[in-house]
Amino acid sequence: MSTQRSFFNRRIHSLLGVIPVGFFLMEHLFTNYYATRGASAFVEKVDGLWSLPFLVVLEIFFIILPLLYHGIYGLYIAFTAKNNTGNFGTFRNWMFVLQRVTGVATLIFVIWHVWQTRVQVALYDLSSEQLAQLMSESVQNPVIFAVYVIGLLCAVFHFSNGMWSFLVSWGITVGPRAQRVSTWVWGIVFLFVSYMGISSLFAFAQSDFIQQLAQY
Amino acid sequence: MSEQQFIHLVITRQDGPDQKPYVDEFKIPYRKNMNIISALMEIQRNPVNSKGEKVAPVQWESNCLEEVCGACSMVINGKPRQACSALVDSLEQPIRIQPMNTFPVIRDLIVDRSRMFNALKHVKAWIPIDGTHDLGPGPRISENERQWRYELSRCMTCGVCLEACPNVNEKSNFKGPFVVGQVQLFNTHPTGAMNREERLEALLDEGGLQECGNSQNCVQACPKGIPLTTAIAKSNREATKHLFKKWLSV
Repeated sequence: MSTQRSFFNRRIHSLLGVIPVGFFLMEHLFTNYYATRGASAFVEKVDGLWSLPFLVVLEIFFIILPLLYHGIYGLYIAFTAKNNTGNFGTFRNWMFVLQRVTGVATLIFVIWHVWQTRVQVALYDLSSEQLAQLMSESVQNPVIFAVYVIGLLCAVFHFSNGMWSFLVSWGITVGPRAQRVSTWVWGIVFLFVSYMGISSLFAFAQSDFIQQLAQY
Repeated sequence: MSEQQFIHLVITRQDGPDQKPYVDEFKIPYRKNMNIISALMEIQRNPVNSKGEKVAPVQWESNCLEEVCGACSMVINGKPRQACSALVDSLEQPIRIQPMNTFPVIRDLIVDRSRMFNALKHVKAWIPIDGTHDLGPGPRISENERQWRYELSRCMTCGVCLEACPNVNEKSNFKGPFVVGQVQLFNTHPTGAMNREERLEALLDEGGLQECGNSQNCVQACPKGIPLTTAIAKSNREATKHLFKKWLSV
């Protein structure tokens, strides 16, 4: 079995990208969407998540470690490709390149984002209100807002297109028709989830977001 | 024709396996209905480059001249394809010709495709029926199966799918899309299916099926229109089943 190591590595990379990393991304953006209903709704959801039992274990084994594996092995995959969209400008070949570009971009973004939020929570023992305030204040800066929009679009694209190739790599969508339908389905998912994420960012960026918190 | 027309060829050449590649340009007299092979034959007849220097004639390989042997594969205007079926009249000039340098270049446009034949040996792309006694007639196959296998059987190991694939390069050990099609070909044969696990296992070795990154260039580039991406996804399905079956039964 030792000769099939790269097969197992690739399959684990593919699986972890969906469960739990992709699942966590969806949950995360879903929770953030509560920000559009006001700061108190968002803080309530965050407190709900923070009260989960074994939270640290969940974070380590269902977020950090899978993310690290997917990210580091993904870098290896991204940098072993020799992109050739110059000679083969087909839709799928562009998706292949974008999957690698957005993967690297998402990894950089996520490292910064974790530093900016989760690490700060751990370092300064922030409450969910303080975290919401920190987020709101930072995305009111147009540069940081732009970084968040780009990071979000990269992450959602990488997830959506990654789901398309996950279905191929596990032999679920086999024929060209199934793969074409899958392209449309994940295209719609990309648009919808991006809309969800960007509306949350706009909600955070509202100048009265913190004032709502004061009332809370 | 009062004015003589020329065909402008820009050829990437290399004098030997370890030599540096260089570019030579040729202007050869135009004739109707030429293909790249006949253009190269013209250079062979009069090996003078566009600067008027006498050079060694450009070396290439070709056999069948009807796009079934795969020997004359080269990169023509950026696309890997067979020189015999690349018609000069339908190509933009100057025509840029390069060897498929995914493979080791032997000289000029001649490449060494041994890695493909080694890959076929690795996955046991044959049906072991040799024996000392008569095995009787083989089993019948359905028409659907026959059509699928016919598509796959048209592979001529030309190397175009390797040249087109972004995951076949000096940094990766991917054996190439073609080998997946060949595993499907022999695994769907009723007699060949007796060794299907053996072939599938070999296909999952280092540099195998898993190295596919779904750019789907292979199926676009394949001169025979072989449904390579379908073969890959089918093999992925079989590999998934195999993975769980093996994990749960050992």
